[in-house]
Amino acid sequence: MTSESQVHSSAGASQSSPKAYNVGFLLAALLTLIPFGLAMYPSLPRSMTFLLVLACALVQIVVHVVFFLHLTTAREQRWNLVALVFTVVIILLLVGLSLWIMYYVHYNMLGL
Amino acid sequence: MSHVVLNETAHQQEQGYEDAGSLSLFGFWVYLMTDCILFATLFATYAVLGQAVAGGPGGADLFELPYVLVETFLLLFSSITYGYAMLANHRRDKRRVLQWLGMTFVLGLGFIGMEINEFHHLIAEGHGPQRSAFLTGFFTLVGTHGLHVLIGLVWMAVLMIQVQQRGLCCVNSTRLSCLSLFWHFLDIVWICVFTVVYVFGVI
Repeated sequence: MTSESQVHSSAGASQSSPKAYNVGFLLAALLTLIPFGLAMYPSLPRSMTFLLVLACALVQIVVHVVFFLHLTTAREQRWNLVALVFTVVIILLLVGLSLWIMYYVHYNMLGL
Repeated sequence: MSHVVLNETAHQQEQGYEDAGSLSLFGFWVYLMTDCILFATLFATYAVLGQAVAGGPGGADLFELPYVLVETFLLLFSSITYGYAMLANHRRDKRRVLQWLGMTFVLGLGFIGMEINEFHHLIAEGHGPQRSAFLTGFFTLVGTHGLHVLIGLVWMAVLMIQVQQRGLCCVNSTRLSCLSLFWHFLDIVWICVFTVVYVFGVI
């Protein structure tokens, strides 16, 4: 019975506190300002800046998913999580393989 | 006896409603996942075409980061105001829900206005989508995100009217939750857009 009524608290609908939103907002704001700051006032080597910006974006996505979408590993949200993990795998394959293939297409065409 | 049975059916119906609500939410979640894949294909296209400027301007020549930073913060603020609307929804506070939704709407409108202004400038200067493969990819990717935001705004306006007229009944509550997922999801896509397109384009 309890677990059935818990079903209602799927991602996006679960009870949460203003604190979660405020903490999420502050983290997201910080993780937005860092990459923009690094790009507007370049001070580090290019590859280092690139990696830092990428890291900030990935962390910020996690912050949004946890604090705004309220996705947890709780049992009632298991299927939301499964769908998300599946999608992430598809996205990695799609983007990663596209770039890989097209890079070598460019590379091999240089000889022409 | 019949009273008990009646009560039980009413209870089951209520349970059914709740399950229907969470099922709708899960269905919407699955839709969002497919939307992620749509954006992934556009990102892959953009990443492949990003260097093909055809002698025209590249990202570093076109993008103004301070402008994009303001856009980003408009969307981020709209995410948190929507969050507050959801909190008010949990408290069943209709007036506050409408206030926060209204604020989210204005912020979203500001974002889309800035984006249309940016597109207008680019096209007016001859840097439209027909200029180079890079710009085609740019307009498709950023435009598709903008279109999603625009649809979200129309949905929000309709939902505000529904909440105004019928209150926060369970159906409207489910709709609010769905739009919440949609709105936060769009903010997540925007993180990828500003990182891959604007920041990577400039550094």
